[in-house]
Amino acid sequence: MHHSIEIDNLSFAYPDGHPALRQVCLHIQPGEKVALVGPNGAGKSTLILHLNGILTGKGDICIAGLPVIKQNLGLVRARVGMVFQNPDDQLFSPTVYEDVAFGPLYQGLPVAEVKSRVAEALSVVNMLEYAQRVSHHLSMGEKKRIAIATVLSMRPEVLVLDEPTAGLDPRARRSLINLLDELPLTMLVSTHDMLMVRDLFPRTVIMDEGCIVADGPTGKLLQDEALLNTHGLEKP
Amino acid sequence: MHVHFLDPYRSGQSPIHRLDARVKFVLTLAFILTAALTPPGAWPVYILLFALVLAVEIFSEIGVGFVLKRAMLAFFFILAALPVIFTIPGPALFHLPLGAWTLTASLPGVERFLSIAMKSWVSIQAAILLATTTTFPELMTAMRAVRIPRLLVAIFGLMWRYLFVLADEALRLMRARQARSGYAGQPGLKPGGSLAWRGRVAGGMVGNLFLRAFERSDRIYMAMLARGYDGEMRLEPLPDLSNRSWLVLLVSMGMLVVLLAFALLFWA
Repeated sequence: MHHSIEIDNLSFAYPDGHPALRQVCLHIQPGEKVALVGPNGAGKSTLILHLNGILTGKGDICIAGLPVIKQNLGLVRARVGMVFQNPDDQLFSPTVYEDVAFGPLYQGLPVAEVKSRVAEALSVVNMLEYAQRVSHHLSMGEKKRIAIATVLSMRPEVLVLDEPTAGLDPRARRSLINLLDELPLTMLVSTHDMLMVRDLFPRTVIMDEGCIVADGPTGKLLQDEALLNTHGLEKP
Repeated sequence: MHVHFLDPYRSGQSPIHRLDARVKFVLTLAFILTAALTPPGAWPVYILLFALVLAVEIFSEIGVGFVLKRAMLAFFFILAALPVIFTIPGPALFHLPLGAWTLTASLPGVERFLSIAMKSWVSIQAAILLATTTTFPELMTAMRAVRIPRLLVAIFGLMWRYLFVLADEALRLMRARQARSGYAGQPGLKPGGSLAWRGRVAGGMVGNLFLRAFERSDRIYMAMLARGYDGEMRLEPLPDLSNRSWLVLLVSMGMLVVLLAFALLFWA
């Protein structure tokens, strides 16, 4: 039995020499939902971009038992569903359908399979009737859901989200949280939304200055006010 | 995670860096004008112009190699001048059979071509020097000082400011596409899709970028209106040029005028 995400001693520095990750170790089991919190510039997004090899640092990463190395990148990217913070970056096709079909089409799946995958992904996020809409004109909450559907259509093993609730109104936020709660996938979610962390994630990882400074049950970590304050977080 | 490589400016403390941007801007224009007006075949003048730009390169402490590498850009302009070898009449130098036609290279044609190549090469070096040793805001001040319309300068400024935002946006778009470009790992499937499909996706991305740039421009305009913009750029008056700057400006201009007069006298 392998872990969904295995990161060992990962370090990374940006080309200008600024170190962004230092000796990060993180293991996540299949089906586990983990929150990744920390101040801006802590290295959360940098860590996330390593999970499918968009950035490559020093250290070992395995996704679903596959080492993230050059030969495996295609396979790894099909297993990691990465939802970026700004859905406008993710929705680059003229219609919702084409965006959701991008992953399966890229994999070369037969047309019938692509169609059924798109329908499946859109119905999971309750957006089936939006297939022929123009992504550009949707509301923020709708765009977020479509962005999630664009990766669900690849049937990934791991779902990685960057700030999923940023910029959403309370209703859109609540329905997104319910959606994430229902999805039976391994999840790593970078966020500043401490209320969502409390409600949704059994386990929390706190990052600061490129290091993991705490990793444990959410309930316990959120009680430790001194720890939260040191790393620029607030108790919900 | 930003795009930095677009900014040609390299910081430094050399005398060239510290020189007033207005002086640098005017001298660069004058230098390029001198090179352009020098008659073809005035080789000693070209060598002097090259020596001049080389001296400034050494003074600026940014590295001669750095400038010369960037000056490769001139190559494309030089290519455009290639036909003059064959179009200017004169004693034939060599023949180039090209299917049914034969191109005949003339001596004056080759001379003209080499002159254009040399002129473009030194001119582009001067422009690179200006962009490398002067920050963009300083350059805009210089443009204002030589009475380039303020609106035009303001447009340059906005373009420069949002070019980086746009480049960052394009980078994020491409990253999002990369993240979903996976292989199913099933035998018999060819990943990547057809060329036409990939082209359509790329087209969608360009369209997306354009729409967002367009909307952003609307938002920027509204933000400008909100702060009282009425179509007129009002800027602080420029500080006076120091005596030292005037001296550098006049001496260098004098030098370029002498050089040009010399070239016109002996070669025109």
